[in-house]
Amino acid sequence: MENTEQRKELKVSAIENGTVIDHIPVQSVYQVLRILNLMEFNDQILIGTNLESRKMGKKGIIKVNNKFFKSDEINKIALVAPSATLILIKNFSVSEKKKVEIPAQVEKIVRCFNPNCITNVEDVITRFEVVNKVDLKLRCHYCEKITARDTMTFK
Amino acid sequence: MKNKSLVSINDFSREEHIHIMDLAGAFERRPKQRILEDFVVATLFFEPSTRTRLSFESAATRLGARVIGFSEPGSSSVQKGESLRDTIRTVSNYADIIIMRHPKEGSARFASEISRVPVINAGDGANQHPTQTLLDLYSIRKTQGTLDNLNIAFVGDLKYGRTVHSLTMALCNYNTTFHLVSPSELKLPSSVKMHIKERKLGYHQYTDMSEVIPKVDILYMTRIQKERFQDPMEYEKVKNSYILRNNLLGDAKSNMRILHPLPRVNEITYDVDDNPKAYYFTQALNGVFVRQAILAAILGVVE
Repeated sequence: MENTEQRKELKVSAIENGTVIDHIPVQSVYQVLRILNLMEFNDQILIGTNLESRKMGKKGIIKVNNKFFKSDEINKIALVAPSATLILIKNFSVSEKKKVEIPAQVEKIVRCFNPNCITNVEDVITRFEVVNKVDLKLRCHYCEKITARDTMTFK
Repeated sequence: MKNKSLVSINDFSREEHIHIMDLAGAFERRPKQRILEDFVVATLFFEPSTRTRLSFESAATRLGARVIGFSEPGSSSVQKGESLRDTIRTVSNYADIIIMRHPKEGSARFASEISRVPVINAGDGANQHPTQTLLDLYSIRKTQGTLDNLNIAFVGDLKYGRTVHSLTMALCNYNTTFHLVSPSELKLPSSVKMHIKERKLGYHQYTDMSEVIPKVDILYMTRIQKERFQDPMEYEKVKNSYILRNNLLGDAKSNMRILHPLPRVNEITYDVDDNPKAYYFTQALNGVFVRQAILAAILGVVE
């Protein structure tokens, strides 16, 4: 029933098959696109932002046609959009809903906050171990320093 | 340990630390053994550190190895703008092992990932200097006969001192009780204290050194640098309270020994040097034996 109700009010059209990433904080919509490398995706992508949300006030949504992400791929977005919901769509209906989870390891996307870290000097792919998922803390594989949520920036 | 890089003190287990110390003991008994005659050791010092470089080169040379390298980036291709990646790729064709010091944190880890030969970290910025930690452990074990259940004091700059952080972490494997003496601006960072707490070990913090001296087995002194203080007046107020003088040592336990990573400036007065409790120069000598052990173990010439 929720499904028909939702479809009635859709601000962003439905997709037949693929993944809907819902409940994205509005400031993170473009970061999510970047983290998932969707700039280079060739099929349809529908993007909505500043949409009204009962839960969040305002939210963003991204619908990606014919794409089902691997969990370690999609979980990266938990760093910027911990509230995001993933909805897998098959034949215009919801086949599965899940929350994103912060992964144990983060590669490439995050910059080390330490200006004296080799990854900020030479062309080195960053690697972090997530040492605290609740109060987000990432330990740099190289300089061993901790990048926290308030010092985190993205490549 | 054969062919394994040594970048961080945590790369080797407690058992491997003990193995290195046992090997170092053998080299101390017989320091000149030409077991590395077939090997080339590269020492790449992207920032100068004469003491550490000489200690490594002495260790390698006493084992018969040939040493190549540079002692400062000005005399190398680094000055021409070569990346660390390319320097390491090139030199790993010329040597069987690379010893490197570099001002950027994480540089040694990165080098170990692109090098064809093992890398020993001789200091990467403020991050790690594992051979210093191993020689400190060796010196503590040698003077106390054990590493277990000791009372160890760290005095001085506990906030920025890489040596103190690494040694504290390593000592957490040995049921140590820590006595941390520093000005309030230079206390041990909470990340390191957390490590102590996780192991459920005891630590006590002090601003006054004199009450600690009678309690401890090891007094590990470090230098306090003026630049570390926001307010120069604060430095002036505290600077004399962290200077060790011979007359402060009257109540010390007989087994107590004084360690210092060197170079010293004024934090230990010269009258302490003749006290049998002063151990810092022997500590530096131990560094050569420990580095011999590390080279021989990683190059696979000893079991």
